Order: sequence, then C-alpha cells, then structure tokens
Amino acid sequence: MTVAVKERAATPFVGEFDAFEKKASAAGPGWLMPIRKAAIARFAEVGIPTTRDEDWRYTNVSGIAKRGFRMRTGAAPAVQASEIEPFVIGVAAGVRLVFVNGAFSAALSRCPSAGKGVAVGSLTEALKNGSAWVHEHLTHWARYQAFPFAALNTAFMEDGAVVHVPRGVVVESPIEIVHLTTAGDAGSVNYPRTLIVAEAQSQVTVTETYAGLNGSYFNDVVTEIVAGESAVVDYYKVVRERPGAFHVGLLHVQQHRSSTFTAHTSVLGEATVRNNVTAVMDGEGCDCTLNGMGMMEGDGLVDNHLRVEHAKPHCRSWEYYKAILDGRSRGVFTGRIVVSEGAQKTDAKQTNMNLILSDEALADSKPQLEIFADDVKCTHGATIGQIDGDAIFYLRSRGMSAAAARSLLVYAFASESLNQIRVPALRTCLERLVLDRLPGGRALGAVA
Amino acid sequence: MLEIRNLHASVEGKEILRGVDLTVRAGEVHSIMGPNGSGKSTLAQVLAGRETYEVTEGAILFDGQNLLEMEPDERALAGVFLAFQYPVEIPGVTTNYFLRAALNAKRKHLGEEEVDAVDFLSLVKEKAAWVKIDPALLNRGINESFSGGEKKRNEILQMAVLEPKLAVLDETDSGLDIDALKIVADGVNRMRSQSRAFVVVTHYQRLLNYIVPDYVHVLVGGRIAQSGGKELAFKLEEQGYAWVEKEPAAAGAR
Ligand SMILES: Nc1ncnc2c1ncn2[C@@H]1O[C@H](COP(=O)(O)OP(=O)(O)OP(=O)(O)O)[C@@H](O)[C@H]1O
Ligand SMILES: [Mg+2]
Repeated sequence: MTVAVKERAATPFVGEFDAFEKKASAAGPGWLMPIRKAAIARFAEVGIPTTRDEDWRYTNVSGIAKRGFRMRTGAAPAVQASEIEPFVIGVAAGVRLVFVNGAFSAALSRCPSAGKGVAVGSLTEALKNGSAWVHEHLTHWARYQAFPFAALNTAFMEDGAVVHVPRGVVVESPIEIVHLTTAGDAGSVNYPRTLIVAEAQSQVTVTETYAGLNGSYFNDVVTEIVAGESAVVDYYKVVRERPGAFHVGLLHVQQHRSSTFTAHTSVLGEATVRNNVTAVMDGEGCDCTLNGMGMMEGDGLVDNHLRVEHAKPHCRSWEYYKAILDGRSRGVFTGRIVVSEGAQKTDAKQTNMNLILSDEALADSKPQLEIFADDVKCTHGATIGQIDGDAIFYLRSRGMSAAAARSLLVYAFASESLNQIRVPALRTCLERLVLDRLPGGRALGAVA
Repeated sequence: MLEIRNLHASVEGKEILRGVDLTVRAGEVHSIMGPNGSGKSTLAQVLAGRETYEVTEGAILFDGQNLLEMEPDERALAGVFLAFQYPVEIPGVTTNYFLRAALNAKRKHLGEEEVDAVDFLSLVKEKAAWVKIDPALLNRGINESFSGGEKKRNEILQMAVLEPKLAVLDETDSGLDIDALKIVADGVNRMRSQSRAFVVVTHYQRLLNYIVPDYVHVLVGGRIAQSGGKELAFKLEEQGYAWVEKEPAAAGAR
C-alpha cells in the first residue's frame, strides 16, 4: 500500500507499514486490515505533532521522530520473574497479565480463571479466536482521527490485554496488567493496546502499569473501555517509564446510561509522558471521575490532556489532578469539558493543583469549557504554588527538621490524591514510591 | 530560664521590637498585654525562630544557651513551644501523625525510646480529654476545617503532649467563648509546674482570671512600657493603654 506522507517526521513510522501489513494480513482478522490502513493514512496526513500545534504547545515530542524508534523484530529478550517484582502491585489473588515489549508473556503472567464467564487474556489470542465482542468494540471507540499517536497505534497494534465482563458479573479481585519495556541499546517503539468491556450491571477493577527496565524507547498506548448500562469500572494507570523514555497514551472510555467510571493515573519519574483521556458520557445519569497524581524530576514531563463529554443530561464529572514538580520538570494540564446541547443538569468540577519544588520546574494549566446547554453547573480551579513557608515553620516549631517538614508537606500534597485509590495494595505501593523520592521519606513512612 | 536583653527585631526593614528586656524563671507565668500591632506576636515568633523577622540587636538566652543561634526545630527540641495566634491548616497530614513524629523527634533528642502507635494513641486520648477535643478530629488534616476554638484547643493539646519547658501562648484566648476559655485555661493550669514557665500573650484580662499570672507586662511600640503584678491587668482593662503610652517605662521589666 502506498500512502502519501505529508509530514516528514512521520516518514520512518509510515515506512514500516508495508512490511507490517504482510505479517498482519497473514495473522488476521480480515476486518481489521482496512481500519489499520485508514489509520496509517490518517497518521501520514497529520504526522507527529509539533509545539506549533495548540494541543502540544508545552509538550515537545520531536524526540520521537529524531531518535528513530523502530518496531522490534524477533523475540523479546528473556525477563526473569524477579525483574518484574518491583513493578507489580502485589494484589495477592487474581489475574496478572504481563507484557514484555508489548508481547504477552505467559511465563510471567498469572491467569487463574476469573470465572463467571469473564474473559481475560492477550489481544493476539483474542483476535486469533475471533471473539465477537473484540470485533464489536476494538478500534470502535478510540478516535484515531483526532489523535495522531492513536492512529499509529491502531495501524501497528498486535498485542495487549483484553477483558470482557459479562452482564451482571462482579469481578472481585482487581485485574493487574503490567507492561514492561526492556529496550536495550537500539531505541524501539511498542504499541500496546488494551480493551476492557464491562457489560451492563457488571463491575470490574483493572490496573495497568507501564515500566521500563532499560534502554530508550517510545510507548504508544491506547486503552479502550466500555462501561455498559449501570456498570461500575475502576481503572488505574501507573506510569514508571525510564528516564528519557516517551509515553503517549490515549484512554477512551465510553459510558452508557447510569454507569460509573473512575480512573486514577499516577506518573512518576523523568520520562516524557502524555496522557490523553477522552470520556464520553453517552447516557443519562453517568458518573465519571478522573484523578491523577504526577511526581516528576530531572527533565521529566507529565501532560494530562482531558476531554470530558457530557452528551446526555444528569451526568456528573469530577477531575482532580495534582503534580509535584522538581528539577527541570514540567507539568501540563488541559481539561476540556464539553457539554452538549440538551445535556441539562450537568454537574462538572475540575481541579488542577501543582506544587513546584525547584526554581526551574514549570507548570501550565488550562481549563477549556465548551458549554452548549443552559442548566449546568461547571466549576474549575487551578493552583500553581510552592511549599507554604508558614506550614514549614509550624512543623519545625514542634521539633521536626526542615528536611522532614518539607518532605512531609510534599507527601501530604500527594496523599490527598493517593487517598482516592481504592485498591489498598496499589495505594500502599504508590505511597512507598512517593516516600522513596523524598529526603528522609522512609522515616516518615515509619510513623504512619 | 529565659532572658531577653535589649531585643530589636524588624521585618522588611521596619523595626518592630525596639529593645525588649524580659526575664522569666522556671515556675513563673508572665502575661504580655498591649495594643494591636505593638509587637506581641513578633516577640512570640522571634522566640520560636521565625526567619521572617530579623533580629538586629540584643540577645536571648534559654537555659544558658544562645537561642538566636538555634534553628526553630532545635529550639523546640530544647523545650520551647509556641501556641500560634493563627494555627496553620495543613491538609493531608493528620494531627496524630504529626504529633507522634514531633514527640518521637523530641524523645530521640533526649535519648529516650520512641513511642509506638498504641502507647501514643492512649497518651493522646488522655490529653485530648483535657481539652475536650474529639479524638476523631485528630485523624483529619492538621487544623483542617477546624473551628477557631478547635484550633486553639489543638495548640494546647500539642503543648500537653510535647511537655515543653517554656510555653509561649499567643492569644490562645482570642475568639473563644467562656466555656472554651475555661477549657484552655484548665489545660494550661494542669501543665503548670515548678520546672515549667509560661508567657501568655493576651488582649483581655478575662483570661487572667483563670490563668493567674505572676507578672504582667505591657508592650507598647515594641518596648515593655510597664510591668507589674496581676493588678496591672485590671487597670489596663479599666483604663485602656493610653496612660501607659504617656508614662515613662517602669523601672525595668523583670
Ligand atoms: N510578616 C510581616 N510583614 C510585615 N509586617 C509585619 C509582619 N508581621 C508583623 N508585621 C507588622 O509589625 C507590627 C507588629 O505586629 P504584631 O503581629 O507583632 O503585633 P501584635 O502585637 O501581635 O498585634 P495583635 O494584637 O493585633 O495580634 C504590625 O504593624 C504588623 O503590621
Ligand atoms: Mg498578635
């Protein structure tokens, strides 16, 4: 297939499609190839965004083109169970799916039957088996026309996690998904793709962790979630990519009537991380909560880019994002709330708070409200500030050292977000990660 | 215990304390009164080590140590406690967590064993009962959405747990109704001992009915203008501060 490449930076990625097409056509399924082709054509048309694009003004991803990240050929290097240990949440029971460089690893995964007709497994398998629900939903929701990197993922995706919860089924234990990258010296790109379908009145919790062992790499990620009528879906994303790595994700959640969706995204470290979230409340009485916590240092960047669509009346959305920025790191937040005509009684609230720890760290925060209904409640607020000197003095006046007081206040800022995590093992894990990054943090934790 | 000599302090180049002299011995209660803006809180904050205020002249000795050379936390560990006029709200850190960390920092400093969570909870429960604070409040962020009275009582609770040698109370009575005032005074009175001293900053003689001071000082324009016994507080209550400002400073505040 020949596609016209309008954007030079896109060329190396598009150039890989011909070879990929042959392999993917053989693997099937037939219905997917036309979608892949449309997606690569779209990507060729728009290319890799630059800081001249309003949506990418503060997030420079030119390194993705410059580094020449290539798809990996051949088998993934062997990874020992001990190497994934630091990145697992430690939920005692339940399913754990592990992917290494985008490919499912049966050896590292733990797949007891989730029971009750729940399907959990790898996307490659599901495509091979021709699951009807995969055909029905995969690529159907995530808008690759609007997101260049989602187009790229749609063209090249091969594997990832799939979860299907039948009508009325409640999955007790969280389903844990771990994406591990071991890139080695040659820069590589992965296209993990996750699909979670919770049918009407079902309930499920899924956690996805992205982490890197070594190398420089680009993770181009798409997760599609469908919450059926009155379904309850909790989704957690943890990004612990390597310093210098790129991570661009699109989370699309499609909500049906009276469904409840809650997401919490934690990003830690020194990578460049962009999280696009599109939440579509396409039924009355939906509830959508999007929370996030970023803790960046070095040259790290966390960019949370949200689009919440109130398509129907009586829906409630709540966004609460926090970032702690040290070193030369940067925090970017864009929160678009779109209230369609007729989406009366919309209740939308958005909060973004940034704590700047160094002279060189920066935060940018931008709400974007598009309201086409008249009976709505829409509030937003953003703060960018430093550690409160009065609070430091108060703590010190009781005998805490300056370093301990400072660390405690940073921890407190983070914990207001982490407290919203409803998987205790994950909350504990993240609390530890935050404390580990603070001077004397371990000692603070010991008091808790 | 505390000796302040010719203390001058300024903020943003403006001199606020202009030669304060004060001596406090163990077991004594000193009250400091004075009009708004006379420098009472400045004095209290300087004692606790707030960097915002620059000490330009004078000395402060605490148990023979040069207090001005000590960091705020070192002062606390040495036994200085300040009950803030405006206690700070710190969401995300519970009072229980913070107070245990503070207590253990102090114990460590004294070479004592740290308290574990169980012992701490029973200790804090006992002291919370003194000041009639619902222990459930202590699992909230420090002072987070506390009422004015709850904040003041929380200061007294912290004092009771940390058992300082010198407690400086900056308008701990302001904004309290009579019941809350009695609770606060009762907390202070339980803490009075031969080895502990108090400096009580207040606007109102009312508090001094419950915390009876040994000495009353009047701070005017950054200097101690009058010193006397508790009867001085009654005179101030009746006549206001105008007469003090006119009279020359009494023979040395002690
Ligand atoms: N951080 C500061 N920055 C600038 N000016 C200050 C600061 N703190 C105090 N001041 C000024 O210093 C003077 C004394 O203030 P201080 O708070 O010590 O008075 P006070 O006697 O405690 O008054 P009050 O009875 O109202 O509590 C006032 O004029 C005040 O405006
Ligand atoms: Mg004052």
